[in-house]
This record gives sequence, C-alpha cells and structure tokens, in this order.
Amino acid sequence: MLEPGALDALIEALAGRGLRVVGPTVRDGAIVLDELASAADLPTGVGDVQEPGGYRLFERGDGAFFGYAASPHSPKQFLFPASTRLFRARRNGGAAVEFEEPDAPERPLALFVRPCELHAIAVQDRVFLHGQHVDRDYASRRRDAFLVVVECGSPASTCFCTSLGTGPEAEGGYDLALTEVVDGEHRFLARAGSERGAEVLAALPQRPAADADRAAAAEVTAGARDSISRRLDTGDLRGLLERSRESPRWDEVAARCLTCANCTLVCPTCFCSSAEDVTSLDGTESERVRRWDTCFSIDHSYIHGGAIRPSSRARYRQWLTHKFGTWNDQFGVSGCVGCGRCIAWCPVGIDVTEELAALRAAEEVPDADH
Amino acid sequence: MQTIDELLREAPLFVALEPAQLELIAGCATNVHFEADHVLFREGDPADQFYLVRHGSIALETFAPARGHVLIETVEPGEVLGWSWLFPPYRWHFDARALTEIRATAFDGACLRGKCDDDPALGYALMTRFARVMIERLQWTRMRLLDVYGNVGAR
Amino acid sequence: MSALAEPSLAEATVPRPFAVAERRRETADTWTLELEPLGGPALTPLPGQFTMLYAFGIGEVPISVSGRNGERLVQTVRAVGAVTEAICASEPGAVLGVRGPFGNAWPLELAEGRDLVIVAGGIGLAPLHGALEHALNHRERYRGLTLLYGARTPADLLYRVELAELRERGGLQLEVTVDAADEQWRGHVGVVPKLVGRAGFDPRDAIALVVGPEIMMRYAIEALADRGIAADRMFVSMERNMRCGLGHCGHCQLGPTLICRDGPVYSAAAMAELMEVREL
Repeated sequence: MLEPGALDALIEALAGRGLRVVGPTVRDGAIVLDELASAADLPTGVGDVQEPGGYRLFERGDGAFFGYAASPHSPKQFLFPASTRLFRARRNGGAAVEFEEPDAPERPLALFVRPCELHAIAVQDRVFLHGQHVDRDYASRRRDAFLVVVECGSPASTCFCTSLGTGPEAEGGYDLALTEVVDGEHRFLARAGSERGAEVLAALPQRPAADADRAAAAEVTAGARDSISRRLDTGDLRGLLERSRESPRWDEVAARCLTCANCTLVCPTCFCSSAEDVTSLDGTESERVRRWDTCFSIDHSYIHGGAIRPSSRARYRQWLTHKFGTWNDQFGVSGCVGCGRCIAWCPVGIDVTEELAALRAAEEVPDADH
Repeated sequence: MQTIDELLREAPLFVALEPAQLELIAGCATNVHFEADHVLFREGDPADQFYLVRHGSIALETFAPARGHVLIETVEPGEVLGWSWLFPPYRWHFDARALTEIRATAFDGACLRGKCDDDPALGYALMTRFARVMIERLQWTRMRLLDVYGNVGAR
Repeated sequence: MSALAEPSLAEATVPRPFAVAERRRETADTWTLELEPLGGPALTPLPGQFTMLYAFGIGEVPISVSGRNGERLVQTVRAVGAVTEAICASEPGAVLGVRGPFGNAWPLELAEGRDLVIVAGGIGLAPLHGALEHALNHRERYRGLTLLYGARTPADLLYRVELAELRERGGLQLEVTVDAADEQWRGHVGVVPKLVGRAGFDPRDAIALVVGPEIMMRYAIEALADRGIAADRMFVSMERNMRCGLGHCGHCQLGPTLICRDGPVYSAAAMAELMEVREL
C-alpha cells in the first residue's frame, strides 16, 4: 500500500532510472499527457464529465489524483508521435544521394496509463511489431517503456470498456499497477507486474496490503464496473459489418458526420500515417517525415485519377468497419478498446455503440422503413 | 475443304439451329475469297449480304475529311460482318476492307429475308442470334467509350 | 511456394541508393528505367512484387517490378503525378531511393504443366512482364503460353520492340489489340476481353493472370469465366493508395486485406465480391 506522498517518490524513482515520466496533467481545460516533474503536476482533485460531443472538467473536492476517465490524449502521442523522422536524404554534389537513418529517440518512457490504454498499446503492438515488418521508430520507443497502469474508479458515461473486456481492472501487460482508494483514508494499492516493476516498487515507502485494503481496492473497480452504463453488443461484429456494406444506416450517419477526423485523432489505436518530404532551402538535404493521417481525408484513398472514397458515407463506413470489423481480419484483434473518446470528442456526438446497434437492428428487420 | 453445311453447323452464330433451318440458310450461302486490301463494300452501297469470317481479318472503316481512312474495328474469324441487310434502306454504314487474305461465307440478304418471311420460326431464331451479336459488339464499344486507359487526372 | 525476397529491417524503412543505368521511353507518358544498386547486394524480387521508389525531395511511390537485368531492377513507370514525373525525368546517372521488394508474387508454379494465359491492358503489362519473361525462360514448364495485350492506341503499347521479337520467335500465342487505330495499324481493333473468346487454351486446365484498369480487369475476368476458367484459377494485381509498403500506414486497405502485405496478387475468387462494392 502506498501513501499519496509515495507518488512523488515513484516519479523520482522512474526519473532516476533515466526514464522520461509522462502522465496526465491539466492544460487548456482538458487532461492531457505530458512530462511530469512531480506529483504536483497530476490533475489533483479533478474530475471529468463526458457525453456525446461534450467534455468538461470539474472540482471533485476529494484530492484524488486519478479521478477521471479517458482524456483527448492517449499513449500513442508518445509511442507513435504525430510527427517523426523516417530518414534523411543528402545530395553529395552532382547526382549522388546518400540516405541516413534518423537519430534514436530521446530517453525511454515511463507512461501512466489506464487499463483500456494498456489494451490499446497491445493493439498497436500487433500492427507495428507483430507483422511481417517491424516499425523501427515504434519498436525503439516501446521496447524500454515502463508502464504504470492506474485502474479506474471514476469512469465517464462515454466509457464502454466492460463490453470489450479492457477494464476497469488491469490484468497483466504492465510494470506497475495502482488502484487509488479515497474512502476516508487516501491510499493506493500497488502491484508489480514485472521484475523491474517489483524493483521500483521495493524502493518506495510502503506498508504491506491488508485484506481490508485489497477489499477496498476491489470495491473501487467493482463500483466503476457497475457505474458503466454504455454497452456494446460485440457478437460477430466482423460479420455484421461485412453484411452491412450497403446498409441505409450509412447515409444517415453521413448526414451528420463532418469528416473532421477528431475521432481518429483521439482514438488510441488509430495508426494511419502519411509521409512527406521537407527539403532544405538549398535543396541539398531532404527529410522524410511521417505524420498522422486519417481515413476521413479525401486524400487518404487517392490514386491517380481520383479518390476511391470521395463520399463521407464511404469514409465513415471505412472507419467504423475497420475499427470493429476488418481490423480483426488484418491484425487478429478488435481495433476498439471501449475508451469512448470518439463519442466525447465528436462535435456532433456520433456514438459508435449507437451506430453499431442501429446496423444490427437494420439487419433484423430488413423490410422496416428507414 | 469443308462444305457449307459443315461450316454452318460449326459456326457459333448458328449454334443449336435445326438441320432443316441450317439447310435453308445454306441455300443462301456461298464461299468467298478475297485478296488482302480488297474492298468488300463502301458506305452507302446496297447492303444485300452479310459475311461469316472464317480466316483473316477485315477492317471496318470510315472516311473522314483530313483524317483519311479511320479504322473503327476489326472483324475476326468466327465473327459476323454486316447487319444492314436486316432493315431498310439496306445500305452499308461503313466501308469494309480486307486487311489480310480473307476466306468467308457470304449470305444473300434478300434470299434470307424471303425465307424468314415464309418461316417466322426461322426468322425468330436468326433475329435472336443477330441481336446477341449486336449486343456483344455494343458492350465492347461501350467499354472503348469508357477510355479505361486514359489518364483521368490529366483531363 | 518459393520464399519471397524480403528486405532487412533497415531496408524496409530507409531507402537504398540506386542509379539509373538506362532509360527507355515506351510511350508519351511511360518510361522504363533500369536501376543499378550503388553498393550492397542486388535485390531479387519475384514477378508480381513491387518496390517503393523515392525521388529526392519529392516523394515515394509504389512501382511494380517488370524484370531483372543482371544486378539491375527493371521498372516501368507512368508519369501521372509529381513523384512519377520526377522519376520518369531521371536521366542515366541520377540516383533514386529504393525500398523493398514488397508484396507477394504471381503463382507461376500453379501454372506449370498447364496453359498459362496472360491478359494485360495498358500499363498492366508492366507487372506481368516479369511473369512473361519467367515463362519464356522456362518455356518447357508450361504447356500453352498465351499473351493477350491491348492499349488505347498503337502508340500506347509497351515493349513494342520486344513484342515484335516475340512474334518472330514464336513459342507463344500472341494477340495484340488497340481501342483505336492509327493509319499504320493493321492488327486487331477492339477491347482486350474480346480476344479471350478466340484464344487457344483449355479452360479446364489453365491459369490466367490479369492486370489492367479495374474496369478492364472485371470484364476480362468475366470473359475468361465465360470460357470456363474457375475463379480460383484467375489472378489479378490490385492497386490502392500506398504510402509505406510495410502494412503500417493503413492506406492500402481494401476491405479486410492490406494490399502491400496480402497482395498485390490475389485470386479473382478472393476479389470478386470486393471489386463489386462501390467506394470500398
């Protein structure tokens, strides 16, 4: 068991190992992920209210460090940065061109994540590490990353991790797990999930966990589980989406969708990227930079002649079908971890659970008027 | 050297016709042979025949001022050349010129039209087969209209 | 199935410099380049695979490999945008970046002992050229060998000199057609699928490889199916927007498949349903 003060010791211990400690902090009225110098940087006593198309913070009044749910940032900001250099090309006088690998990224990371985000990292691992080719940039950032997972006690109305088995409890894949208990006595149940996790934990001021402590921690996540109201029927989503390619529901959601790409930006598993050249003014050096991309842009499906998916209907269908359906064909897992960010951050409040339920309903009553 | 009957029986155009019908058609047919570059007919000429090409390639052409002869399509072995004999005013719409040495079976249009008038069943059988030929040609022509190889982005 | 040539981890991300050894103009907007590796081993792509070609300061595009000439990569490129224009304008001596080879290969071993039918439209002959070359170099492995090729006009035909030589040499059934003729043309005038009806092959024991604009591929497959070739005996090469070639950028998705990883060669059976969905 850890006292709240131990959080500073934890951050110090991680920094002491040469790690760049990244965790939640408040900025611009939202909780973002950024470097933490100490526990004072954490969103102490801050809670959030989320709903389709809505997000705001409020004062909890109980001093909890982690009393909120998913934020617009996710670990991919650091493991799969929005902009990163692929290689550098240099002209050596005349026609000769030399290619250079990029510099290695800075210090390895220590990330404070949520259980759903832990699953999201595992999903991106499948894409970048377990295919025929390994993404060097992701691999180098991921390899030494120290993962501290904080179990959830205050889910938002947009959360639906329980339907996908990704939370609110953490089950493996982490170095250290924390469960925050604020029932009169503010404390943390801490468990190590790896050797180095155990090493770090051993160095922190602590007392052994009593049965009452374990029960209190279990109550926190159980309470969270009970309060999650949004549900998704995940039965054969892959088949459902394959059969729904011509569903009239796509026209309905297309009438609302702005193709603004917010959902892909906040989604912790979205991995589409593009590359562009940045050339020096004298034309002797060019850097090829990888940037986040989105399937909602017309450019995404462009081949000589035009875009394959010019309509917003086709682009929304692509995103939803990929996330819940064809991701399984391509990577063997679902692309969604139920964090609900896309629901909160969609400016028009499109709810993926609602859309999938509507597609399912449209299947069951094929002759109903739409 | 095959007889006309044998040739007709094998031709895809006349497949599944009854022997009696084939005999009627054969009665209007003769075997023909052309040297390369021979002009079979010109646009506007009376169209009293159609050809079933057995060997060689015939160019369907038209003449345009300043462009000269424009090759529209080639008619190959197994294909039919000509359906202007079916409808008045029975005039050819294009020129036809042998690109290579040609061996074909020529059918007398007036003769066949007469036999179809007398025997509606034969008429129906021939019409459906010709309709099929025309539809296929139309499909391929539409595909050329699509200009699939064109660089769309450059338009 | 023979092992695919695969780049090492480094080559997958950072291009290797290749110099343009030879540059031949094929048509008004298409050039064939022979690329020589500058240091390091030659690449050994299989027919059907592609590379990502990088033009300094401009960008990168996926280009199918048309063949190999000793150590050189032979690739035919059509200038349709900024990157391909820059690549096509590269004179001998210019350096391009090459990543790859990526993707899967034409299943030529399936065609051994059978009739191999190659159907190409326009630039589609480029990704099939390697397969044709392989079949000609190992002619005895295949029973019948047929090439049905068409382009918009005679001036748009690729590899004209080579095709003329092939016609002289014999050993294969070669039919070339154009959509629209010029004054000199004395060959077929009509669409490629039209050639399928008359081509000499046994549909019960044939393998067909088809590449061209998607519309042309759909009609060609229909014509081949009408002749009686089964859908799992016909293969196509699919194309979508491609940025990385590694299965990491998400662009080349076609429904459930990633073209750079699971393709670009697919059986017609696998693609039939997907090719019918609009805006997929």
